Amino acid sequence: MQLPNPETLLSDITAKIQAQLNLATNIEHCAFVGIHSGGVWLMQRILNTLKLDTPYGTLDAALYRDDYAQRGLKAESKPSNIPFNVQDKHIILIDDIFYTGRTTRAAMNELFDYGRPASITLAVLINRGGAELPISPNIVGAEILLNHNQSLQLSQDTKGKLHLSLKESATEYIRLEPNND
Amino acid sequence: MINPQLDSDGNLKHLLTIEGLPTRILNQILDTAETFVGVAERDIKKVPLLRGKTVCNIFFENSTRTRTTFEIAAKRLSADVINLNVGTSSQSKGETILDTVDNLIAMHADMFVVRHNQSGAPHFIAQHVPDHISVINAGDGRHAHPTQGLLDVFTIRRYKPDMHNLRIALVGDVLHSRVARSEIHALTTLGVPEVRVIAPKTLLPTDVEKLGVQVFHDMKAGLKDVDVVMMLRLQNERMNGAMLPSAQEYFKTFGLTQEKLQLAKPDAIVMHPGPMNRGVEIDSCVADGNQSVILPQVTYGIAVRMAVMAILGGGSGQTGSGA
Repeated sequence: MQLPNPETLLSDITAKIQAQLNLATNIEHCAFVGIHSGGVWLMQRILNTLKLDTPYGTLDAALYRDDYAQRGLKAESKPSNIPFNVQDKHIILIDDIFYTGRTTRAAMNELFDYGRPASITLAVLINRGGAELPISPNIVGAEILLNHNQSLQLSQDTKGKLHLSLKESATEYIRLEPNND
Repeated sequence: MINPQLDSDGNLKHLLTIEGLPTRILNQILDTAETFVGVAERDIKKVPLLRGKTVCNIFFENSTRTRTTFEIAAKRLSADVINLNVGTSSQSKGETILDTVDNLIAMHADMFVVRHNQSGAPHFIAQHVPDHISVINAGDGRHAHPTQGLLDVFTIRRYKPDMHNLRIALVGDVLHSRVARSEIHALTTLGVPEVRVIAPKTLLPTDVEKLGVQVFHDMKAGLKDVDVVMMLRLQNERMNGAMLPSAQEYFKTFGLTQEKLQLAKPDAIVMHPGPMNRGVEIDSCVADGNQSVILPQVTYGIAVRMAVMAILGGGSGQTGSGA
């Protein structure tokens, strides 16, 4: 499968975010939040390109995930850092790959423990399909439908260049498709 | 030998002592604690991890501070907390430890935090409880106090991140201190090259060198160029017989004053597990001075206890997936 160039997708979502910010009446009420780790890399690149000095923070929603009871805490979870007042802010939430929507739910729950944002806009590099919740991204670089045994990973090399890789696990998970009768 | 603290996959199941814990687990606890430091600085100091779980603080020996920090930690993880001061309840009516524990299991407790004046009591309880229940040792006799050891190490790591390049001195009553043992194990496991103990011979266990420490009986030699001075409390209530001439005499020889502290490195930090005996093991102006990190230790203690409970309370601890 031919994967898109993540650098091109990044330019694309950066332009879309720029357009959204141009429409915003008071940009000083906007703030960026990146979800660890890929979302944070993307956010830093976007902020650099747009030369914005809007407040920004980072989230690792591990403490709010719904699979804690099954999987426990990841050993590599990072502290969240939201150094601005969330109350009444228009927040642009950035993640790399959108899949089930569960990370977004956890991230939104965490954000609300910092305050009541005026709005949250979700921007992602790729929507890979498979949402399990009524949540979908507002700004998307590309839509690529993948199977459940496939996993798409964003990585960053030492020079800061982004790369996408696709992994396939041996077992195909059985998925219940909706009945179309 | 099977480590009773780990499950078959090598994940933390109970926290009973730092002795024998792999570096991987120690680092997991310390790294997770970093996450919880931030939680305490927010308006809403609570995360939903242990929602619907019940944590039982079973204290067979009183300790208001330790119990309070465990209680705050559990509540910030959204657990329900039950405090039992068993010393003042059923045991005085003749109930055995295991009967007390069985009753709490029947009430569907999920985690036990145990303090007991007998070494090994939390270990005994951990062997008895069913699989889904975790036990945390909150201090047993002279044996161990792992969360205190961990919070001290966490504090050191925050102020002196390069653990492989440190000289640390523990000063005072090592013999009666369960904190000292836990700490020495944690520091050596994490690669601190030089751990010293400074104490009179009467307050040192006979086999102390076997723990991998250098022994000093003189403050001036022992404090020279250290990065961390960790004071231990003179455990008055544990003193049987005449081990020391007097509190004043002890202060003169082993009490930490500003003058003695100047022998350490200029950026050395001063720690104390509390409660302090001011004017016995530590001078007030040192305890309240700008090198003291005694109150940050208390703050970090909550984050470390939250980390331990969060690791014990959830699944198998394997890497999650799904975006």
